[in-house]
Amino acid sequence: MNNEVVSSLGDKAYTQPAATAAVRARVSRPVLEIDNLSVQFVTSHGTVRAVEGLSYSVYPGEMVAIVGESGSGKSVSALAVMRLLPPGTARIQGSVRFDGRELLNLDEEEMRKIRGRDVAMIFQEPMTSLNPVLKIGLQITEPLTIHLDMDEKAARARAVELLTLVGVTDPETRLDQYPHQLSGGMRQRVMIAIGLACNPKLLIADEPTTALDVTIQAQILELMKDLSRRLGVAVVIITHNLGIVARYADRVNVMYAARLVESGTAEKVFGHAFHPYARGLLSAVPRLDRGRSAKLATIEGAPPNLLAPPSGCRFRPRCRFAIDRCQEVPPLEPAEPEHLAACFRKHEMEMLDVAGQDAETAVKVGANGGAAPILDIKGVSKFFPVRGGMFSKTRHVRAVNDVTLDVKRGETLGLVGESGCGKSTLGRLVLRLDDPTAGEIRFEGIDIAHLKRGEMVAVRKKMQVIFQDPYSSLNPRMTVGQIIAEPMRVHDILPKPQIAGRVAELLQLVGLYPYMALRYPHELSGGQRQRVGIARALSVNPRVIICDEAVSALDVSIQGQVINLLEDLQHKLGLTYLFIAHDLAVVRHISTKVAVMYLGRIVEYAPSDELFANPKHPYTKALLAAAPIPDPVIERTRPRTIIKGELPSPLNPPSGCVFHPRCPLATEDCKKAVPPLRELGPGHPVACIHA
Amino acid sequence: MATVATTPSADALPKRANPLWQFIKVQPLGVFGLLIILLYVVCALGAKWIAPYDPEAIDFAAMLAKPGEEHLFGTDQYGRDVFSRIVYGARTALAVGILSSMFGCTLGALLGAASGYFGGRIDNAIQRVVDIMLSFPIIVLAMVVVAVLGKRAALGIDWNLIAAIALPIIPKMARVARSSTLSIVAMPFIDAARAAGFSHKRIILRHILPNIVAPYLIMVTAFMAQAILLEASLSFLGLGVTEPTPAWGLMLSGTSADFYQTAPWMILFPGAAITLAVFAFNLFGDSLRDWLDPKLKS
Repeated sequence: MNNEVVSSLGDKAYTQPAATAAVRARVSRPVLEIDNLSVQFVTSHGTVRAVEGLSYSVYPGEMVAIVGESGSGKSVSALAVMRLLPPGTARIQGSVRFDGRELLNLDEEEMRKIRGRDVAMIFQEPMTSLNPVLKIGLQITEPLTIHLDMDEKAARARAVELLTLVGVTDPETRLDQYPHQLSGGMRQRVMIAIGLACNPKLLIADEPTTALDVTIQAQILELMKDLSRRLGVAVVIITHNLGIVARYADRVNVMYAARLVESGTAEKVFGHAFHPYARGLLSAVPRLDRGRSAKLATIEGAPPNLLAPPSGCRFRPRCRFAIDRCQEVPPLEPAEPEHLAACFRKHEMEMLDVAGQDAETAVKVGANGGAAPILDIKGVSKFFPVRGGMFSKTRHVRAVNDVTLDVKRGETLGLVGESGCGKSTLGRLVLRLDDPTAGEIRFEGIDIAHLKRGEMVAVRKKMQVIFQDPYSSLNPRMTVGQIIAEPMRVHDILPKPQIAGRVAELLQLVGLYPYMALRYPHELSGGQRQRVGIARALSVNPRVIICDEAVSALDVSIQGQVINLLEDLQHKLGLTYLFIAHDLAVVRHISTKVAVMYLGRIVEYAPSDELFANPKHPYTKALLAAAPIPDPVIERTRPRTIIKGELPSPLNPPSGCVFHPRCPLATEDCKKAVPPLRELGPGHPVACIHA
Repeated sequence: MATVATTPSADALPKRANPLWQFIKVQPLGVFGLLIILLYVVCALGAKWIAPYDPEAIDFAAMLAKPGEEHLFGTDQYGRDVFSRIVYGARTALAVGILSSMFGCTLGALLGAASGYFGGRIDNAIQRVVDIMLSFPIIVLAMVVVAVLGKRAALGIDWNLIAAIALPIIPKMARVARSSTLSIVAMPFIDAARAAGFSHKRIILRHILPNIVAPYLIMVTAFMAQAILLEASLSFLGLGVTEPTPAWGLMLSGTSADFYQTAPWMILFPGAAITLAVFAFNLFGDSLRDWLDPKLKS
């Protein structure tokens, strides 16, 4: 795969405050005006009110973000604008005016002409939104020939132009390739090119970068922002990532349980939100620019079921400031110029919320330098064989390459890196779900890398795992009680009669109720399921828990709850965590030490605060620069060094320092030898000859 | 202590509709199939009371009698009542059909699950054996088994016949079970089970098999129809059930071919019994598949 793709933007910084752009945009009339839009789904269980009374406008050249947790109606509202919802089951009311034309009354033929020509949509999954059996060229030229009546030659020329515009190198060749020959980031660029093909006035992007790594995410969003400014395209971006919103959006709409709760310019919403949900959301995100001293503020509870939502303000059951009046539906009213909020107590909020701001300070277990490591990984490698054809040699994917790390008792070691860097494989090696190709893994002094299956059983009781996906990490055919009890039964940890009591105890420990033991996983919410996964891991009284992206699949407010739970448990039970994640802010918050992995190798390793305050390796620096901070004021002054290119194939890694093709500091020497880890500070080894 | 994340909505989940009632509503054809199957089951269990005559009683006075009041479906060349023989034949058909299909599918599911779970050499070995078995026509494979093993009757059932019919089912089920297993093995809950130090046996029996119950049930019902057909075919060829035991395939075979012009009821009614049974099992199996596949659910 191509790995010297250059971002078309390089390190351009937008110094111009977005507010000016928004004001400038107001002069013209809005491209999209949504007024009192409601969407209902009729299901066998009743009517789901997915969107209620949504109103907002988008002006040319403006980037408007719709923020909310899963199920808040943000995607459904976008699909309703495009009229892409199934007509049989979805009931749409209200008004959607595009360029002054009402879309909801148009007949299907008229609407079809608007879709793809005037309004384009980009979806989350670049793997599945391109047709795998058609060449890229055909997929880009298709809208051109359909909507603009171009002939094939003209369309092809335009396709080359578009691919160049979105920063795809060697566009002529790409046109004859199939989607599987491109990387995820490349595919998303192609999707944007298709979206822009007919010079649309409005681009709706539904979680366009959620499936991508931070460095690629930054490349794609910079591109979209730049295109929006240069071509005057209005962009609606739907996301759950507040950092992205702070960095790129001019205006923000916050949705909660099908309704808009807050709307305004990014500066105003992030600066001083009025709605308690928006405030809670902003304080629940772990931040890259904050240390790990404070406990995360959380929003208690979970979003309501839209089949039977609470009356009045939807946020009322979770709101700390709810009063009797909140039984009525609060209108979305201006709280100040260009800033709307749907809360009766919006003007008191600044005063009320003061009490909540001095959040509890969590007692964090510091790095205890003297203690012997509980987990000692020495020179561990894992190569996966990839068989070629009958006559070609077997090649190896070097998933983990000569990794040395140690974790002390009571510590949390954060392992970060982009997808494919080998961090999950390393976790699986420690758990012995895979066998290492070389090296030793010492757990409490015993080398477990070479233990036999039978001998491993004793170790497994002391080492447990929590997985990313709370949907597939629990056996759907077992009840919660059976799931938690099973390890205790199998390993005879407790006499049989006591097990039920222990299950109840564990459920309470992770913040669930004992009666939930009788439920099946599908009857619980995502956050609750993740808690069940934690309870299962705790059932054998482990010393070490490997958390493999344990909070990545959860919504922001739930993520905060689970992180706090993990920290509480660590404190209470003296647990040691190996915390594998791609979200740098989460890692910073929870870890005492952090190791950065790139293409199977550790490139930098340091105590958490030291690493984030003083990153040495150019890759670490690039990762930190690419991760957005949910604060528009900080974001607009931050220098932006966008890392170029993509992760090379681990099947054929670059010579010498594996990072050299993407590194701004790379010299000829970097290509020659693998840089050793050098101590550049107390307990801060870095694998770079220029650092 | 961390927060308690329960919502009023989670407690007030909509009550699940009765699955049986849902099935009746959504899959009326399947219910129709099920009713026919139940009819056969009633015939098999209550044959003694339902059949008006002894199925093996020879009555030369009523040879080749036409269907009528005396003999509902007529009589054969020995004067045996065809209706009674069909009713008793349901016993053989259902016993052989259900037992061989269940044995074959269960063994196949175990083999397939082991094959998919262990992978590597074990998978390769099992799959090559499966390939070889699949390369024989079903009927040939069954005939060989019957010819080699002969007859072994116990409880009025020829167990070797059941083995012969179950054998060709095993590789087919193993294939299906393997592919389902592969998708389940990739799920993190299997990794969690391995990380908890559970034995292979426990992981296969407790974590994989319950999750392939849907394809298993579908295959069992589908193979019941095939097993009944195979039993009839083997009996027709003289390799299955032997005279004078009443069996549908047997009633079609041998001398009845000589009488098809003079006494068509001798082959018409047993043939209809086979067809209807196969039809019913297929209908039920199909709707069970649609019902259990959430992707096909509206």
